[in-house]
Amino acid sequence: MLQIKHLRVSINQKEILKDFNLEVKAGEVHAIMGPNGTGKSTLASVIAGRDIFEVTEGEILYKGKNLLDLPPETRAREGIFLGFQYPVEIPGVSMANFMKTAVNEIRKYKGLEPIGGADFLKLMEEKKKLVEIQSKLNNRSVNEGFSGGEKKKNEIFQMAMLNPTLSILDETDSGLDIDALRIVANGVNKLRTKDNATVVITHYQRLLDYIVPDFVHVMYDGKIVKSGDKHLAIELEEKGYDWIKQELEANASI
Amino acid sequence: MEQITIDISLKDKMLALFEKNKQLLFKNNSKSMIDIKNNAIAKFNEIGFPHTKLEEWRLTNIEPYLKAEYQHHLQTKPIDVDIESIFQCEVPDLDTFVVVLFNGRYIYKHTPLTKLDNGTIIGSFEKALEEYPEIIEKHFNKYAKNDKNGFVALNTAFAQDGIFIYVPQNIIVEQAIQIINIINTTEEVFVQPRNLFIVEKNSSITLVSCDHSLTQTNSFSNAVTEILIDENAQLNHIRVQNKGKNSTLLNTTFVEQKNYAMLTSNVLTLNSGFIRNDLDISLNGEGCEANLYGIYLADKTQFVDNHTFVDHLLPNSNSKELYKGILDDKAKAVFSGKVMVRRDAQKTNAFQANKNILLTDEATINTKPHLEIYADDVKCSHGATVGQLDNEAMFYLRSRGLGEDCARMLLMYAFADEVINKIPIEALRVRLGNMVSKRLRGELSVCDQCVMHCNSKSPTQFNIDLSKL
Repeated sequence: MLQIKHLRVSINQKEILKDFNLEVKAGEVHAIMGPNGTGKSTLASVIAGRDIFEVTEGEILYKGKNLLDLPPETRAREGIFLGFQYPVEIPGVSMANFMKTAVNEIRKYKGLEPIGGADFLKLMEEKKKLVEIQSKLNNRSVNEGFSGGEKKKNEIFQMAMLNPTLSILDETDSGLDIDALRIVANGVNKLRTKDNATVVITHYQRLLDYIVPDFVHVMYDGKIVKSGDKHLAIELEEKGYDWIKQELEANASI
Repeated sequence: MEQITIDISLKDKMLALFEKNKQLLFKNNSKSMIDIKNNAIAKFNEIGFPHTKLEEWRLTNIEPYLKAEYQHHLQTKPIDVDIESIFQCEVPDLDTFVVVLFNGRYIYKHTPLTKLDNGTIIGSFEKALEEYPEIIEKHFNKYAKNDKNGFVALNTAFAQDGIFIYVPQNIIVEQAIQIINIINTTEEVFVQPRNLFIVEKNSSITLVSCDHSLTQTNSFSNAVTEILIDENAQLNHIRVQNKGKNSTLLNTTFVEQKNYAMLTSNVLTLNSGFIRNDLDISLNGEGCEANLYGIYLADKTQFVDNHTFVDHLLPNSNSKELYKGILDDKAKAVFSGKVMVRRDAQKTNAFQANKNILLTDEATINTKPHLEIYADDVKCSHGATVGQLDNEAMFYLRSRGLGEDCARMLLMYAFADEVINKIPIEALRVRLGNMVSKRLRGELSVCDQCVMHCNSKSPTQFNIDLSKL
């Protein structure tokens, strides 16, 4: 589904991703871990189409298409979803208006009729339950005045509404208490199918107790330096990232 | 009709016009009103038209607009037209009492002046001068400041007609009054409507003013409105401006508020040729509240200027001001908001903000919020922002599948919405909200519906014979 090949990305002449490679297939869950500043969020943004980054080398193929040629909205309509690490507050745009517009833009792209008002409200209610949002969401401005936990739940709510094929969740667990973490993880698990895939970016192994990954990758200095299964995450939790660094230095000195 | 040649300045023309037409201008005027007008023309002669060397007009160059060969229609008789055949309200659930100024003169269906059962009087200023001279005498030129600028003095000197509204004590006027200002001629006109709104003690009224131009001919409107909101009374004033590119509109409004009087003003400028709104508020009572909101949307070479002055004269009053603008292409806007807190005005709360979005490098905003405080126990704040659309928000919306235009539109509307949602009447809020989004999508033309709907598809069919005027 997703193939990232030899990707090099810079911002302001500073190279962040250095020969990054990854392949994600339908039905898989990948976890990308690693210390701060190794380029995890840059990777997520580049997949979603943020234009402040410069791709200097490599390619990203999604369902065989060259993703880098597409603007962010087309990527979204093709089924890519980015769960933001810091969801943006947009005063004056109601959640209902935002979601209805988004759902209909995607439907239009797929050649479908716009969703009717009643059906839409039903969909909103149904998906709210998935992430246990009790409050009235419809007339609230997007993320405005939301608590940290609400913002993250809102990301998963939007994911549920848009029903993406490939979801990139950028530190969706950061700032969540244990209950919110469970709710968010449950939401993600319920949305898992054999046809979609999820890339979870996180610092901590904790989230991976709930969202069990098929693959765990460790990122360091702009590329994946170690891959394994879920046990790698547990090992990392025990030994810390220094273990990876030492291993890298040892290899380099050979 | 006065034909004036181009080779003398407009100032001289106006002075000559005054001298020559005293009989018309002083019609039904009392001795004291005549004195006021004579003093006003002397003031105008002294100070002339404002120019860019004056601080208040530094960024508002009116001079090019004074050069056209304008016609001045001073002779008039009120004419009887079927207003409903011209206008039809497009706002469902909005039951309004409609009055119309056409080229600065009051036009009507049956009667130039209506007295409602509750004693409220609505209609032509000129007719009111005849029928209610004591009310006019008591209030005319009591709130306007002729030394503010030459346009105010000139308007006072030439005051003939306009909208007159009088709400007696203890009356809640449930029905909103809609005031339609239309400029529509095939010739270049200079009009000077003079409005007087009096809201007596404990009364309340909502006014919706619509400034509208239907033709592309040059026109110049120098309007002055005087408003008294007496003790414990309330006025909601919503102003919608949708003007053609060749129209020049100066709107100067003076408001006097007595104890516990409340004003809410919303000014929505959707299209402007050259518009300047001056809002001059005297909080001449304790416990007053003045809420001033504005939104201006301008593109191409449109110019819109909002000057506000809120004068806190006595203690315990609150003023709150929020003006927002979105400027595209080469549009220019000016915001100047001044809050004065006099020595006696302790416990004043004054808040002022002006926020702008510039969509191009060539769009310009000059913003100047300022405070002048002489009391020591007050809470005041002011601020201005100028920016572009938030890139983070744009990306967020696009990452959910919204196209770039759609996302931009949504953000611009959201920006404007903070002002729109302050409009007190829901039906109007919805309608105006739709007009704003239509405007932002570039689908609102100046010939489009105002709050009122023009039935005639072609403006030239607007069939009023000017020779009757």
